[in-house]
Amino acid sequence: MELRATGITHKYDDLTALEAVDLHAREGEILALIGPSGCGKSTLLGILGGLLQPSEGRVEMQGALPEGCLNPLTYVFQDFALLPWRSVRGNVRLPLEHHQLTSDERRERVEDALARTGLTDFAGAYVRQLSGGMRQRVGIARALAVKPAVLLMDEPLSALDAQTRNLLMEDFVGLWLREKLTAVYVTHNLDEALRLAHRVVVLSRRPGRVREEIIIDVPLDERQGTAGLLELAPLRERLWALIRDEAQTAELELADV
Amino acid sequence: MSEGPLPKEGTAAPTRQAASRAVPFRGGGFAPSSHRAAAWIAFAAVIAAWQFGSSMGYIHPLTLPSPEEILTALADLARSGDLWRHLSASLGRLAMGWSLGTLAGLAVGLALGMFSIARSVGLPFVSALFPIPKIALLPLFIIWFGIGEPSKVATILFGVFFPTVINTYSGVDNVARSLIRMGQSFDMPTRDIVFKVVFPGAMPAILSGFRISASIAIVLLVAAEMIGAEWGVGALVLAAGNLMQTDYLIAGVVLLSLIGLTIGIVLSRLEALLLRWR
Ligand SMILES: Nc1ncnc2c1ncn2[C@@H]1O[C@H](COP(=O)(O)OP(=O)(O)O)[C@@H](O)[C@H]1O
Ligand SMILES: [Mg+2]
Repeated sequence: MELRATGITHKYDDLTALEAVDLHAREGEILALIGPSGCGKSTLLGILGGLLQPSEGRVEMQGALPEGCLNPLTYVFQDFALLPWRSVRGNVRLPLEHHQLTSDERRERVEDALARTGLTDFAGAYVRQLSGGMRQRVGIARALAVKPAVLLMDEPLSALDAQTRNLLMEDFVGLWLREKLTAVYVTHNLDEALRLAHRVVVLSRRPGRVREEIIIDVPLDERQGTAGLLELAPLRERLWALIRDEAQTAELELADV
Repeated sequence: MSEGPLPKEGTAAPTRQAASRAVPFRGGGFAPSSHRAAAWIAFAAVIAAWQFGSSMGYIHPLTLPSPEEILTALADLARSGDLWRHLSASLGRLAMGWSLGTLAGLAVGLALGMFSIARSVGLPFVSALFPIPKIALLPLFIIWFGIGEPSKVATILFGVFFPTVINTYSGVDNVARSLIRMGQSFDMPTRDIVFKVVFPGAMPAILSGFRISASIAIVLLVAAEMIGAEWGVGALVLAAGNLMQTDYLIAGVVLLSLIGLTIGIVLSRLEALLLRWR
């Protein structure tokens, strides 16, 4: 399935967060949304998944849903948004409980999602017992359990330390290589975009507009190691040049407030 | 504001010795731990001293009867069957008033936490009525409901209702917005969001509210039983006081203490059970 947003403008009272943003998330692609903090990335993602009503513009889903999809537009949250009173398994089961499923099918979905994220051995643990990386794996497993058409990920790795972030990125690349998920991946981190995205949309500082859309045509499994980094180096320079001024200006703006 | 002398430049403390010294430990104390045995020993010691004082005639039996006399009074009450009549009357009122007040408080607190209209209308009312000492309403309830059981239960109910509303409301209000958005993002029905996300999220606050409301309920129980009750621990205490039977009076106080302790233990168990995820 594809997700297409046209002419999205969003105002919080008299603060314009987004202005005339067009976005197209293509089937089987990871679209990274990058921009300085406060530029409206979370707002845009909220609008894409129907959690926020845009002041102007519309978002459309196009194409068929995948087999067994229960929740086409599914979020993975920066703060994980897990229920601490439920076990890992209980959290993954949560979004299935209000759907008409046989208990076998429900169990199968949960165990499958746990297996795909390497959580099978932790299924009975409570959230507080897990490290940050494990918690976000639960967030991803919960999203996979509903067989989403498009994953909407809001800085899913920003709450994690650098090593954990790398590990999870590798896991996510593995997941994508196997299942060709469609995802919109919000980040303010250049390295995450370069590692995971097929396409990068750079937003300007507030009010967020699309500054540039860049295609990264290096396959995901060839971006590692010296050769991969070398190949990505020019792109990296270009992206950094794009973000740098914006980030700097945004930074000064915040300091003014 | 006075300023201390500034360290002069270039006059760092002279190193007296080149010899090495162990770093002194400075992190001790401020970590109280409680010893169960110590508490029991102290408790026993106080009772023993009290008994000793009474037996030796240092303490007048009318001022403060000895532990032995209090136990005898309790045994008398048990033998005559009055103990159970007093206790069951009190526990019945407590259970009735507390559970009705708690149910109503949970419902209203949940509504105040969830819906704007309920909040805008209800919160001012709750804030205005909460500070009234509910005991002041007892005479009014007696006029409304008569001197029998309903006025007593109503007093406890009202006393329990308001703190429960406030604890539930603030517990619900403090449930992370992001969890609710998560529920919405999975198209969870409102009912599911309330019972699987909001309510369990507010549970710690609700349970700590139970402690407060239970102690309020006991206070109001005793007060209510001192007006027009034949049976009940409050009635026992009052009647004993009127007859200068301090041994029966204190036996009643001991019963109240036991009721409070038992409720406390039950609530601790409940917390351990319901909040084991913490
Ligand atoms: N609920 C809100 N009410 C008012 N202003 C908001 C709200 N949410 C976000 N904003 C403002 O909108 C701008 C964009 O926010 P956000 O989308 O969270 O940015 P990002 O995710 O890129 O950091 C910010 O300036 C922020 O302060
Ligand atoms: Mg954000």
